[in-house]
Amino acid sequence: MLRSYLKLAIKVLLRRKFYTFISLFGIAFTLTVLTLATALLDHVFSPVPPERHLDRILYVKQVTLHGEHITLRGSPGFGFLDASVRNLPGAARVTICTRGSDVVSYSGGQKLRLSLKRTDGEFWKVLDFDFLEGGPFTVEDDRAGNRVAVINEATRRQAFGGVAALGKTIEAGGQAFRVVGVVKNVPIIRDVPFADLWVPIGTEPSADYKSQFSGSYLAMILAKDARDLPSIKSEFDARVATLKAPDPKEITSIASGADTLVETVAREVLPGTGRDAHGGLLEALLVLGAVLFMALPALNLMNINLSRILERASEIGVRKAFGASSRALVGQFLVENVVLTLVGGVIAWLVSAGALRSINLSGLVPYADFHMNLRILAAGVLLALVFGALSGIYPAWRMSRMHPVEALRRRA
Amino acid sequence: MIRLENVSKVYRTDRIETLALDHVNLRVEDGEFVSIMGPSGCGKSTLLNLAGLLDAPTKGKIAIDGETLTSYRDRDVASIRNRKIGFVFQTFHLVSDLTVLDNVEIPLLYRDISGRERRKMALAALDRVGLSSRIHHFPSQLSGGQQQRVAVARAIVGRPRNLLADEPTGNLDSQMGGEIMAILEELNRDEKTTVVMVTHDSRFAERTHRVVRLFDGRQVM
Repeated sequence: MLRSYLKLAIKVLLRRKFYTFISLFGIAFTLTVLTLATALLDHVFSPVPPERHLDRILYVKQVTLHGEHITLRGSPGFGFLDASVRNLPGAARVTICTRGSDVVSYSGGQKLRLSLKRTDGEFWKVLDFDFLEGGPFTVEDDRAGNRVAVINEATRRQAFGGVAALGKTIEAGGQAFRVVGVVKNVPIIRDVPFADLWVPIGTEPSADYKSQFSGSYLAMILAKDARDLPSIKSEFDARVATLKAPDPKEITSIASGADTLVETVAREVLPGTGRDAHGGLLEALLVLGAVLFMALPALNLMNINLSRILERASEIGVRKAFGASSRALVGQFLVENVVLTLVGGVIAWLVSAGALRSINLSGLVPYADFHMNLRILAAGVLLALVFGALSGIYPAWRMSRMHPVEALRRRA
Repeated sequence: MIRLENVSKVYRTDRIETLALDHVNLRVEDGEFVSIMGPSGCGKSTLLNLAGLLDAPTKGKIAIDGETLTSYRDRDVASIRNRKIGFVFQTFHLVSDLTVLDNVEIPLLYRDISGRERRKMALAALDRVGLSSRIHHFPSQLSGGQQQRVAVARAIVGRPRNLLADEPTGNLDSQMGGEIMAILEELNRDEKTTVVMVTHDSRFAERTHRVVRLFDGRQVM
């Protein structure tokens, strides 16, 4: 039966070229936008190097300091992280680094704008960078404040003409660093590992950062096992609850959270402060957004399908007269609609692949490496099926409910 | 065999009630060829729709091949229509998107039959009506007479014992109408198919075994 429906669906779509074109245009456009959005989300949230162990990493990227006259909400300082994230039970490793800042570098007689991140030595063990030359700087380098740096391949190209950079000196933010390693570019969308050059925290010009609770730092906690994340979160919360701010007269309470990557985004985009990050709510909102975005074109296609009921009345009457049950007709019309949306999905897939390639080549998103993969394919197929069902079920039901005598009275 | 016992059909709208059929009794025996005649609006098509289970009676009972219907719900009647009844309509009602062969296969789609078997049966039905050479044509590429022959092939492809024809010659010229009538007679004579035909044409009605006349929803003969 399904084979017959498929055969019939293809015949109908080929015979009704104008209807097929109009419908496919709307479907393909909608699914292209959604596929691009999915690719973007995949790029941000998927476990790819250097954040390969995403399922085991917690981030501390925000702190809220409350006082009687003041509320400070922003990035934590090194002092707060040093006091709250070290030696958490269940944690395999912990790293602290800056969020990154833009610096100017004069190399080879030219002025470069670079993103600089200061990290500890553990940073390179929590994250999984792909080294093209040399290796990372160490915990000892950080402790000693050695002026060493890891740069990315784009900086190697800009500063050293693309030739081997090991041992060479790069100047950034008024300090000179010896290059000890070169890594593959990390896209700017992965904001935690992203930088053009990474240098030890110990090279900070001043030691004031060591005691600050508010600043421009973040921490990553790598759990031994993904199942340990809840207990690490609880322990982190317990520690934060007992912390005393450096100026207890001004700051009376501190709130923060150790979050998964999705939760860090939720904490930044959704209102509310404190311990709870609404990761689940963010995911629900993303799904709702996708459904709402699909709703309008789906309604449009539904409307086209409904208007075709009259056009196909004779066919409905004939099929009923010759033994089609309402259920069989719902099946037939749904298959037609789903075939149409799947064809739209294939077009959307091709257009999206082309668009992502163009974005990569344009340099619009620094070091972007957008590409289609199986996760996006699965999401695309799911989106097409949901779209097909959304726009097809009601018209199919209406068609199937048509009285055969009434249907046969109408002449297509 | 088709039996209608004290069947009435009332159409209701918000304002009026129309009595389309009033206590009609009709018994069509196996292998019989019956024509139904009467002026326009007398209830001929309503009677045929009820006999074909396309509509439910307001009162009375209907039995097909000895099976009295107790429910007219979609899923109950769909299978009886599929197995026991074939329809031929005045305006052919061929699906314009489908080829002749695909149109004839329609009744078989709702049976548990393989694609190969369906094709074989559809080709045999088309051969029966003399249209084997037109199987890949679309309805719009055929004459009226040819379209009606396709419709007859579709009606008989599932080998139903009962054929209901609603003015099958009404849209055809006399020669083509004669050809369709000849096919129906042949099916009745050779296959012992029970045929009930609504017609305005007394020449064709006279060629059937029996004529049932309706007037204002009542059986007058």
